[in-house]
Amino acid sequence: MTFRYLPMTEQDKKEMMEAAGISSTEELFKDIPENVRFKGDLQIEPALPEPELVKYMSMLSQKNINTKEYASFLGAGVYDHYTPSIVNHVTLRSEFYTAYTPYQPEISQGELQAIFEFQTMICELTGMDVANSSMYDGGTAFAEAALLSAGQTKRKKIIVSKSVHPESLAVLQTYANGQRLEVVEVDTKDGLTDLEELKNTVDDETACVLVQYPNFFGQVEPLKDIEEIVHSQKAMFVVSSNPLSLGVLTPPGKFGADIVVGDAQVFGIPQGFGGPHCGYFAVTKKLMRKVPGRLVGQTVDENGKRGFVLTLQAREQHIRRDKATSNICSNQALNALAASVAMTALGKQGIKEVAVQNIQKAHYAKNILSEKGFNIPYEAPFFNEFVVKLNGPVKEINKKLLENGMIGGYDLGRDFPELENHMLIAVTELRTKSEIDKLATVLEGL
Amino acid sequence: MNTQDQLLIFELSKEGRVGYSLPALDVPEADLSSLLPDDYVRTEHAELPQVSELQIMRHYTALSKRNHGVDSGFYPLGSCTMKYNPKINEDVARYAGFAQIHPLQEEETVQGAMEMMYNLQTSLAEITGMDEVTLQPAAGAHGEWTGLMMIRAYHEANGDQKRTKVIVPDSAHGTNPASATVAGFDSITVKSDDRGLVDLDDLRRVVGEDTAALMLTNPNTLGLFEEHILEMAAIVHEAGGKLYYDGANMNAIMGYTRPGDMGFDVVHLNLHKTFTGPHGGGGPGSGPVGVKKDLIPFLPKPVLMKKGEGFTFEYDRPQSIGRVKPYYGNFGINVRAYTYIRTMGPIGLKQVSEYAVLNANYLMRRLEPHFDLPFTQHCKHEFVLSGKRQKKLGVRTLDMAKRLLDFGYHPPTIYFPLSVEEAIMIEPTETESKETLDEFIDAMIQIAKEAEETPEVVQEAPHSTVVKRLDEAMAARKPVLRHVK
Repeated sequence: MTFRYLPMTEQDKKEMMEAAGISSTEELFKDIPENVRFKGDLQIEPALPEPELVKYMSMLSQKNINTKEYASFLGAGVYDHYTPSIVNHVTLRSEFYTAYTPYQPEISQGELQAIFEFQTMICELTGMDVANSSMYDGGTAFAEAALLSAGQTKRKKIIVSKSVHPESLAVLQTYANGQRLEVVEVDTKDGLTDLEELKNTVDDETACVLVQYPNFFGQVEPLKDIEEIVHSQKAMFVVSSNPLSLGVLTPPGKFGADIVVGDAQVFGIPQGFGGPHCGYFAVTKKLMRKVPGRLVGQTVDENGKRGFVLTLQAREQHIRRDKATSNICSNQALNALAASVAMTALGKQGIKEVAVQNIQKAHYAKNILSEKGFNIPYEAPFFNEFVVKLNGPVKEINKKLLENGMIGGYDLGRDFPELENHMLIAVTELRTKSEIDKLATVLEGL
Repeated sequence: MNTQDQLLIFELSKEGRVGYSLPALDVPEADLSSLLPDDYVRTEHAELPQVSELQIMRHYTALSKRNHGVDSGFYPLGSCTMKYNPKINEDVARYAGFAQIHPLQEEETVQGAMEMMYNLQTSLAEITGMDEVTLQPAAGAHGEWTGLMMIRAYHEANGDQKRTKVIVPDSAHGTNPASATVAGFDSITVKSDDRGLVDLDDLRRVVGEDTAALMLTNPNTLGLFEEHILEMAAIVHEAGGKLYYDGANMNAIMGYTRPGDMGFDVVHLNLHKTFTGPHGGGGPGSGPVGVKKDLIPFLPKPVLMKKGEGFTFEYDRPQSIGRVKPYYGNFGINVRAYTYIRTMGPIGLKQVSEYAVLNANYLMRRLEPHFDLPFTQHCKHEFVLSGKRQKKLGVRTLDMAKRLLDFGYHPPTIYFPLSVEEAIMIEPTETESKETLDEFIDAMIQIAKEAEETPEVVQEAPHSTVVKRLDEAMAARKPVLRHVK
C-alpha cells in the first residue's frame, strides 16, 4: 500500500540506505530495546481512501445541529456573528497556515506584519498601550492575567466577580492552584458585581480584581466605581471584555484597567464547538515587559528599511526557562490573522455598526419578551445578552425551540442554582426581526 | 518575493471606505443614550482601517508572499515537525457540522462532534499506550502544565506533600522548566553523558523523596533514543516519582514503541506536529494528554465518556484538577488530526515514522563529512550538527542559517539544544522527497564550501530576501509594538 503524503519509492529507499550505509530499516530502530518494542499493528481503524473519508467525516458532521441552518440565540461567551467571506480566503493562503512561529524574520515578514497590525487593532479597541500576539482563548488569558498580577504585586489574593464566565472562573481556579494563589469570589447583586462586598474584600493583600465587561449575564459592569475600589488598595484592575462590544462601549483602558483580556472569536472565527478561538491580552505600557506570550515589534534592517521581529523575548520560556513569565509558546496566530481580516473588513465604521445592531436587536428582543409578560430579572444596561425567566426547565424549552428551527439560549441553572429556569439569550446582528418574533411567539406558547 | 516596501493596512486607509456588507437594522432603533449611561458610550472611534475588499485581499496576498510555509518550500526546523498539511483536513474542519456548532448546545445535538472526539482520544490512547486521553489542552506547553498538575494532584492525594521537584535533562526545551514553574514545582537538571543520553548515575544522584516527576522527550532533543529508558523509569518509580513524556518527538516512533510501554505515566502530544494540524504561523495547536490508570481520577473536567450508544460529558469528578480551558479543547485542530489518522491508519502511521527516521539518517550521513557531528550513532527523526568547524573560519551557525534563505529554504533550528556548540538541528520529516533532500544537501555543502572560500558571502547573507538582517537589539531597546498614526 502507498500513501499520498509519503513520496519515497522503493528505489529511493534503496539508494538512500546505500548512501547512508544502512543495511535495513530495522537497523535504524535497533536502539529501541526489545522489551519496549511495540509488536503487531496499532489497534486503530484502517486507512480510508480520500473519497470514503470525505463521506465518513461528512456523515459525522451531519449528526450535529449547526447554526448555519438553525437560528441561534445561544451565546454565553461564544457567538454566531457575520463573517465576511474574505476571512476564509485569507486564512487559506497556505503561506500563512503552513508556516510556524516567525523565528526567521527575513522570510516571515508577512506573518510578523499581520500580527503587528493585530496588536494595533486590539490596542485601538481596548484603549490599552500594548497587546500581545494572542493567547489560547479568553479563559486562559483571564487566568494568565491573574498570574501576571500576582507576580507584579507580589501578593497572593485574587479577587474575582461571580459575574464572570463560569468556565473562565473554573480555569482561573486551576491556574491559581498551580501557583498556590488564593481565589476569593465576590457575589453578585441584580446581576452585577456587588460593590459593597467588593469594597469589603479588597485589601492590601489583593493582587488583582477581575471582572467581565459586559459580564456573563450581558450587563455592563460599572467599571468606573470598581476601578476606584481596586486602585485604592494598589491592586491590579483586570477586565475581560468582548472586543466587539467595544465598538459601542467605552473601552476599559479609559476606565484605568491595567490588563484587558478577552476572546476575538467574535471577529471571523467559527464557534467550532468551543475552539480554537483567539485570546487577546492587552496591558498598560508599565507592564509591557511582563506580558506572557509573543510580541512583535517594529525595527529596521541593515539598509534602514522597515521590518518586524519577535521582540522582548527575554520574558519567554525558551530563554528564561523556569524564570519565564508564562510557559505559553504556540498561541493562536492563524486565528489572530482571521480576526485581523474581519476587523479590517468591518473597519472603523463597521465595528460600530455591528455593535449597535447587536445592542438594538437584543433590546428589541428583551422588550418584546417583556411585553409578553416574561420576567426580566435584571435591569442594568446590557449589550447583546440578557436574562429571562421562563415557565419551565430551560432544557425542555430548548427542545421545543429546536423543533421550531431555533437553538435556544443558555441554561443558567447549570452554573447558578438560584437561576433555575432562567435563560441567557444572545441576539447578534445575524438574527432577523422575524426570527426574534418567532422566538417570542414560541416561548409564549409553551 | 517582492522587494518593495510594504505598507501597513492602516496606511491604506481612507475615510469613508468600507469592506463589509450588513443588512439595514430591521428592528425599531432606540437612542443609544437611552440604552447606556453617558460614561459608557464610546466617544472616540477605534481607528480600524477603512479599506475596500479588494484592497484587503491584495494586502494580505502581498503579506503571504513575504512568508515562507511548508507549501512554499522545505522547512527542516528541528523539533517542530514541519510536515505537509493535508488539504482534506482544511475542508473537513470547515464543514458546517463541525465549524458552526456551539459548545454549549444540548449534547443530543452534537453527538457527531462528540463521537469524533471520542474516536480521536481512543486512537491517541492506543498510539501512545496510555489508558485515557483528554483533548482539553490547547497546545504542547498547555499539555505539559496539565500533566504536571495531575501529577501534583496525585502526590497530594497520597498525602505526599514533599514532592516539589521536577527533573529535566540539560538538553530539554525551555518550556519544560517553565511549565514546571507554572504548575508550582521547582525544576532541577539531570546531565547528559558523552553519547547525548541521560546520565544514569546523575539521575540516581538527583532523584529522591522530593521527586515529583522526570520530564523526558524520547527520542530526546538531539534526536537520540534513550536506550536505558526502562532503567530510568525504574529509578524514578522506585523513588516514588512519575514519568512524564513530552510528545514533541512522537513522529519518530509511531508503531515502533509507545510511551506507555516505556514506563511513562503521563504523555502529551502536539497534534500540530505529528498529526498535521497546521502550525498556523504559531498556532492554534492542540496538546492532548494521556495518562495511566492511577492518574485517571485527576483528568481535567469534563471527561468525555461513551454512554450506551451515545456520548456524554462527565462533570462529577471530585479528584479532577479542574478545568484547564473553557469548553473541550481546540476542537477544529482535533478534527484535522483525526482526519489525518483516518487517512493513514496503523500501517500508514508506522511508515510515517520509518520514513521520518530514514530521511533524517540519510541527511545526517550525507552532511557528516562537511560539518561536525557530535553524536555519531544512528539518529531518529532529527539530528544535531555543530557549526564549530565553520566558526573557526569566522562563519557562525547564524550566518549559515541566513545563507540558506537565499536557497529558498527555511533554516533548521539553531543554537538549540544548548548543550551543543553552534547547534544546527535538522528535522526533514517523512513528507519530503529524495530530490528535495538532495537539493538541500547540495546547498548545505555549497555553504560549507563558501565558509572556507568566500566567507563574506555567508556572513553577509541573506542576499535575496525582502528585508536584510533586522536590528533586533533596537526592537527590544526602543519597543514599537503598535502602529501610531
